[in-house]
Amino acid sequence: MQCPKCHAPMHTYNRNGVQIEQCSGCRGIFLDYGELESLTRLESQWSQPAPPPPAAPQAYPAAPAPAWGAPHAGHGGHHGHYGHKRHKGFGHMLFSS
Amino acid sequence: MDVLPALTARARSTAHPQGGACGHSDTVLAERDDGTVVRHGDTVAKAHAPGTDLTELSPRLTTAAGLPDILLAPLHPSPADLDGRLVTFWPYGTPVDPDAPEDAPWEAAAVLLARLHKAPVPPGLPPMRGPARAARAIARLHSAGPHPAAGPILRAWTTLPPWARGEAPLPDTTTLCHGDLHLGQLVRLPARTGPWRLIDVDDLGVGVPAWDLARPAAWYACGLLPPDEWTRFLTAYRQEGGPAVPASGDPWPALDVPARAVTAQTAALAVAKSVAADRPLDEVQQAVVDACDRMAAVPPELPPRSTT
Repeated sequence: MQCPKCHAPMHTYNRNGVQIEQCSGCRGIFLDYGELESLTRLESQWSQPAPPPPAAPQAYPAAPAPAWGAPHAGHGGHHGHYGHKRHKGFGHMLFSS
Repeated sequence: MDVLPALTARARSTAHPQGGACGHSDTVLAERDDGTVVRHGDTVAKAHAPGTDLTELSPRLTTAAGLPDILLAPLHPSPADLDGRLVTFWPYGTPVDPDAPEDAPWEAAAVLLARLHKAPVPPGLPPMRGPARAARAIARLHSAGPHPAAGPILRAWTTLPPWARGEAPLPDTTTLCHGDLHLGQLVRLPARTGPWRLIDVDDLGVGVPAWDLARPAAWYACGLLPPDEWTRFLTAYRQEGGPAVPASGDPWPALDVPARAVTAQTAALAVAKSVAADRPLDEVQQAVVDACDRMAAVPPELPPRSTT
C-alpha cells in the first residue's frame, strides 16, 4: 500500500497485537477501522493498576518484544527455554561471536 | 602456519622481560580463525586474524588505550609483527564464568556500553564490523551445504536493509561502538574483584550503537534470555544515558534491525557448525532458527528518523 500523503510504500507493523501501517518516507501512520479503539483500549489497560500476576510473581513488568519474538517473549512467566535451569547450549551461545 | 608456539614465547617474554625461570603455565584462551589468544601469568598475547589491516587495528588499539575506564587498555600502544601476524599484548582479567551465565554482570555491561557510545570518536577510526561479521556467518552458511534451516535464515537475512548485511555504509558514523558484544567480551581487573572492562577491539569502530545491544535483545526475543535479565540490562543502559535507544518507551524500533541481523548470524553459525559436526541442532539453536522463520513474515521496524 502507498502513503496517501507522500506516496512512499507503507509497511505493516504489529504493535501489541494491533496491525498498523507506517510510511517508509514520512513515517505517517495509517490505522484501519477499529484499530484506534484497540490502541486506546490497550493504553487504558496499561495505565490501570496492574492486576496481580496469575502465576509466579515477576520482579519486572512485561517488556516489549518484537513481532517475530518467541510466542511468550515479553509476557513474563516461566515460558520459553529459560526457567529454573539454564540450558547448557544457551550458556555457550552467550559467550560466542 | 601454526602461530601458537611463537605467540606463547612472546607472551612469556612480555610477562618476564628480564627472562629467567617462572612457575606460570601457558594457557590457550582461544584458537579460532579470527584470532589466537595465549595467557602467561598476568600477560595475554593475541595474534589477530591473518590479513588484519595494521591501519585499521592501530586506531582501534589507540582508542582502547585512550578509554581505560571502558575498554581494557593494551600493554603496548601499537601491534607487534610475528611472522606476518599482528600481535597485541594485554593484562589478564577474569572473564564471566561460562558455567554461571546467571551471574552475568548485565548492569556493568550496559553501563560500559552506554559510556562507550557517548565517548568522543577518535580520528581515523574505521567503521565497526558487526554487519561484516554477520555477512561472514551467512557466507559460511552458504558454503556449509544444504540444510533445512538454511531457507528460513536466508529469508530473514533478505528482510534486512543493505547496511545491516554489510553491503552499504553504516547510517551512523558519529558513534563509537564495540561491534561484537557478548558475555565473553567482559573481564574484570584486578582479577575477580576489580571493575569490569570491555575487551576485543577487532570490530570496534563508528556505527549504529544499537548493534551492541542486539545480542541480548535477540536472546530475549528468541525466548532464551529471561525478561528480568533483559530488563536489567536495558534499564541500566538507559539510566546511564546510552544513545542507542530512546530514554523511555518501546526500544524495538531502534533494536529490531540489529537484533534480526545477529539472530540470523547466530542461526547461520549454528547450522554451519551442525553440518560440519554432522549433528542435529539443539533446542536453543532451533529456537534461533524458528525466530528467523517468523521474521520473514514481518518487515523490519523503522527507527525514528535521525536528527543528526
